[in-house]
Amino acid sequence: MSKKSSIRGGPISKNMLYTIIFLGACILFIFLADRLFDAFSLRVFNLCAIYIVLALSLNLLNGFTGLFSLGHAGFMAVGAYVSALLTMPAPLKEMNYFLVPIVSWLHHVTIPFLPALIIAGLVSACVGFLIGAPVLRLRDDYLAIATLGFGEIIRVIITNAQSITNGAQGLKGLPRFSTTFAVWTAAGLVVLFMVLLMRSSYGRAMKAVRDDELAAEAMGINVFRVKVTSFTVSSFLAGIGGALLGHMITTIDPKMFTFTLTYNILLIVVLGGVGSISGSVISAIIVTVMMEALRFLDEPINLIFFKTPAMPGLRMVVFSILLMVMIIYRQKGLMGNKEFSWEMFQNVFVKKSKKGGSHARTP
Amino acid sequence: MTLSLLFQHIVNALSLGSLYALLAIGYTMVYGILRLINFAHGDIFMVGAYVAFYGITLMSLPWWAALLFSIVFTAFFGIVLERVAYKPLRDSPRISIMISAIGASFLLESLAVLIFGGRPKGMPVPDVLSKVVYFGSVSMITISLIIPLFTFALLIVLLWIVNKTKIGMAMRAVSTDIEAARLMAVDVNKVVSVTFGIGSLLAALGGIMWSFKYPQLNPLMGMMPGLKCFIAAVIGGIGNIAGAVLGGFLLGIIEIMMVALLPTLSGYRDAFAFILLIIVLLIKPTGLLGKRQAEKV
Repeated sequence: MSKKSSIRGGPISKNMLYTIIFLGACILFIFLADRLFDAFSLRVFNLCAIYIVLALSLNLLNGFTGLFSLGHAGFMAVGAYVSALLTMPAPLKEMNYFLVPIVSWLHHVTIPFLPALIIAGLVSACVGFLIGAPVLRLRDDYLAIATLGFGEIIRVIITNAQSITNGAQGLKGLPRFSTTFAVWTAAGLVVLFMVLLMRSSYGRAMKAVRDDELAAEAMGINVFRVKVTSFTVSSFLAGIGGALLGHMITTIDPKMFTFTLTYNILLIVVLGGVGSISGSVISAIIVTVMMEALRFLDEPINLIFFKTPAMPGLRMVVFSILLMVMIIYRQKGLMGNKEFSWEMFQNVFVKKSKKGGSHARTP
Repeated sequence: MTLSLLFQHIVNALSLGSLYALLAIGYTMVYGILRLINFAHGDIFMVGAYVAFYGITLMSLPWWAALLFSIVFTAFFGIVLERVAYKPLRDSPRISIMISAIGASFLLESLAVLIFGGRPKGMPVPDVLSKVVYFGSVSMITISLIIPLFTFALLIVLLWIVNKTKIGMAMRAVSTDIEAARLMAVDVNKVVSVTFGIGSLLAALGGIMWSFKYPQLNPLMGMMPGLKCFIAAVIGGIGNIAGAVLGGFLLGIIEIMMVALLPTLSGYRDAFAFILLIIVLLIKPTGLLGKRQAEKV
């Protein structure tokens, strides 16, 4: 809110200038990264963008509408498969489907990436709508477990629909469409969409439903419709994210889209702050980079005096402990449900001497 | 299908159902008291199986001693887990405590990969339990017969504890109203600890018997059974012990029978539990034996 009023304050206020400079720096950085980073770093960098999309889509549900959903991996799988099947050229499909031939109506379909990406999102949104309409009558834990169930059901169906999805063998050699430009544009658009959505009446209705369902209903909000809308939009974004992920890794199979994937995204959302767009963005970048940077934990560590043996799995232990500590000692996550603003940034530097200054504002 | 084959399937279904029931009881008891889906319960099942495995192989204990050691260890493990991961969050929003439970589950799984190794291990099954017995033309291994009998015995003990003893009364009081129970001088922390202890003990037993029946251990072995048993508990009506048992048996029997009668659908075996769950939730959201709760405003 304070940001808005400061924008109104002058034609170009200081904060707006900061924002423009910051965005410009970001774009410049993305261009430089695309040119200068080596293949591995660039891959990690682009993965950040994809995780931003995914984290925001889950945050829309968990953070802004208060619907605890655990079926996100299922929607990502739908998006990834739809986009892969639409973009793979016919000879590549023949190479993949060596056990059971692909159904004829899909065999010769090959369309460009952008329409395929949008169709992937739309199909995923349709699935979300079909699942959401019955399931969203449930509350809290029941909703969580039912969405988890649907996520698993989608995965099992994909595993068994051999002639469409190639079953457990998965698809290999997807076209590498997720370029730096593509993924960061997608991430930028999704961030912009979320910011605009949360300022619109739809976004406020979602927050009202999250804070108090009964009160929202009494104010004339159609709670069920808000929930279904939120679920559908979130599925759309998850489908897009899944498709981008598929075209980046270039190999997809049903085992990729287990509950573990949902957990990773949940980790990002919780660490960033449930109900904070900027929190999700920051935490997506931190977590993705750390996931790769901490890979050294799995390998033998040379501690001058002795060498520890290789400990595969240590990295995940560290991450799980991090999540537990965060949840137990700082439930609000990095940003709480607040958004990043330049005032907050200034406060950190100016009030450094006054301890606990930033906590005083929490109601 | 011949009659003897059908009989064989029934025995298998009953033993799988019993294992599901043992695990489902833990979920339902914890949920009844704390309103928490203990996502880590399936991993406690895994810990129980691994401790028994190391009891037999590393410490070369006889299998029954390893079993006893494992259930005692796992019960304490469950109590410690609750103290560390759930107790600090008891007054926080339910979503936080659920995320903590998911975190605990992943922590246990990744710790298991780190400590026990990711490669599957073969459980040494004692000869007594792997013997094949014949009833006319029906052949089966003893463990499949022992599991249901053992489960029934345990159930009777558990129902006696919950309905007749003082701690059982305290458990029921806490599950009805945690604040009122505290005012009546019930030691809530103790009740919660006992509940986690009993739940983990049953999970460990389930895990050990599971690994005697399907003798392969891996760090993620608790994931699928854990989810299915939670589903069993929800289907039966969460918070209700008899319901959990009913749900467990129902799930086990339908799963085995579906694969036996309609082999073409066996690929969908894992999805089946979830489909059943969603149907039950949509028709009767409180489960088959659950009571309808008035919503507090």
